[in-house]
Amino acid sequence: MAHIDENPLGPHLPLDPQPGHSSLGRLERVLRRGEFAVTAELNPPDSANPEDVYERAAIFDGWVDGINAVDASGANCHMSSVGICALLTRMGYAPIMQIACRDKNRIAIQGDVLGAAAMGVCNIMCLTGDGVQAGDQPGAKPVFDLDCMSLLETVRIMRDNSKFLSGRKLTTPPKVFLGAAINPFAPPYDFRPYRLAKKIEAGAQFVQSQYCFDVPMFREYMKKVRDLGLHEKCFILVGVGPMASAKTAKWIRSNVPGIHIPDSIIARLEGAQDQKKEGKQLCIDIINEVKEIEGVSGVHVMAYRQEEYVAEIVHESGVLKGRKPWTREPNPVDTLVAERLEEARAGKEQNQQEMAEIAAQHPH
Amino acid sequence: MADPKPGNAAPAKKAATGAYTPVGVSPDRRSRHKYTVRLWAVRHSRFFEWFYNRFAAAFLLLDPVWRLFGYQRVERPVTFVERHVKGFLFDCRMCGQCVLSSTGMSCPMNCPKQLRNGPCGGVRANGNCEVEPDMPCVWVQAWKGSQNMANGNAIMNVQKPVNQSLRETSSWLRVTAEAAAAREAASGKDA
Repeated sequence: MAHIDENPLGPHLPLDPQPGHSSLGRLERVLRRGEFAVTAELNPPDSANPEDVYERAAIFDGWVDGINAVDASGANCHMSSVGICALLTRMGYAPIMQIACRDKNRIAIQGDVLGAAAMGVCNIMCLTGDGVQAGDQPGAKPVFDLDCMSLLETVRIMRDNSKFLSGRKLTTPPKVFLGAAINPFAPPYDFRPYRLAKKIEAGAQFVQSQYCFDVPMFREYMKKVRDLGLHEKCFILVGVGPMASAKTAKWIRSNVPGIHIPDSIIARLEGAQDQKKEGKQLCIDIINEVKEIEGVSGVHVMAYRQEEYVAEIVHESGVLKGRKPWTREPNPVDTLVAERLEEARAGKEQNQQEMAEIAAQHPH
Repeated sequence: MADPKPGNAAPAKKAATGAYTPVGVSPDRRSRHKYTVRLWAVRHSRFFEWFYNRFAAAFLLLDPVWRLFGYQRVERPVTFVERHVKGFLFDCRMCGQCVLSSTGMSCPMNCPKQLRNGPCGGVRANGNCEVEPDMPCVWVQAWKGSQNMANGNAIMNVQKPVNQSLRETSSWLRVTAEAAAAREAASGKDA
């Protein structure tokens, strides 16, 4: 049987556009079909070796619908999200490119959006980004030219109106599925659902939440979200992840901005014989609890430095219900590249006189 | 050596490798402020909203005066007054495109990330800023302030990115000039 997210004419061809879809990607297809989506976060390498990226992505093969390529998360320097996405799309993975407003102004960001879409990135996630003080280079200049909201709006304008922020026209708009982040676990709690409403107004089509360790608090938030009818306008993916130990959890709580871990969670980890195993089990338990909440469309598994457990967590929580996410997504330019490589391999003789004449008559 | 700030990963290590930092100085050198006046203004956002509406109307009434002297020529003195008045009351950063009425009278340019559309995800449980642990989050204050205001719902509007070329210019005069132009366009239509 041909896979549902496959071009009927052959798996090597790019997916057909679907009515009402803003991207050609699989993540959007999965979410719009109403299936429970799973995304994961790639730990960006501190190296210039493409193998590192492929190795880290291969762990997720067949378990996730999208891989987040983080943009210097926690303001720590790593391989750029554009670079990671370039490598991932070349291999046929479905990356979710994160863009943080901390490091780039609107000129650089709009250029990156076009470049990413040209490489075959179908999902873009718009973030404000952590402050520079949180990272390894606190002396850096914080840019914050746009904020996540105006970034969402900018990309939406580029996609829907085929225009830059300045109004200049684009010849081909970037076909992307737009994402944003939510953090229901930070004050002002009453404002958080309205902030999601604002993000949806600005263009968010899916959101991934910050680590969820406090399920009752999340349930409360989702109740307000449902009251506002926001769960029908946007797909909500809950952020989850295993904690390696109680010590790690405590460290994260006091050092990483915006992560709320209740004392009961730490107590549960501390009480366990094998804290690592307990952390994994805790993550599975939380997935099982949040997947039942109305309006939740998926989970985003952030297993920082424990990526090898993602498969196990997804498998044991059973959220995929036997569905196997398609592992390779053909890139629109695959055939073009193959032709070019074939040509190079064949060693076609080049007549420079002829080539110069052709170039001179080229319309552009 | 500076106090290791909470929310700052491995602060001791960073402080050891970095340059000397005087005690009590934050990365943005704002911890010297006590925020007292700014927080007072947010607590009285209803009054300031009322006052600002009157004030804008008065400025619009003075439109013929501004025209007599020329908007260009009054720009400098008005900017001077605006900077100091708003600087005292709201810790104004002179972005030149004031949104105080949409942000509960809490100036969003005081946010270290200069967010104009709501709080980031890093707000501490005590309602303080992620970047500057001693500063109450500008947006937690903005939400409180907006609850007092008659037109507090303006906080739901999605704000456009800041036009950096308008920095250090008078927001009061721009709003007045735009309102005057709109009024003229409207009366032109009626005639």
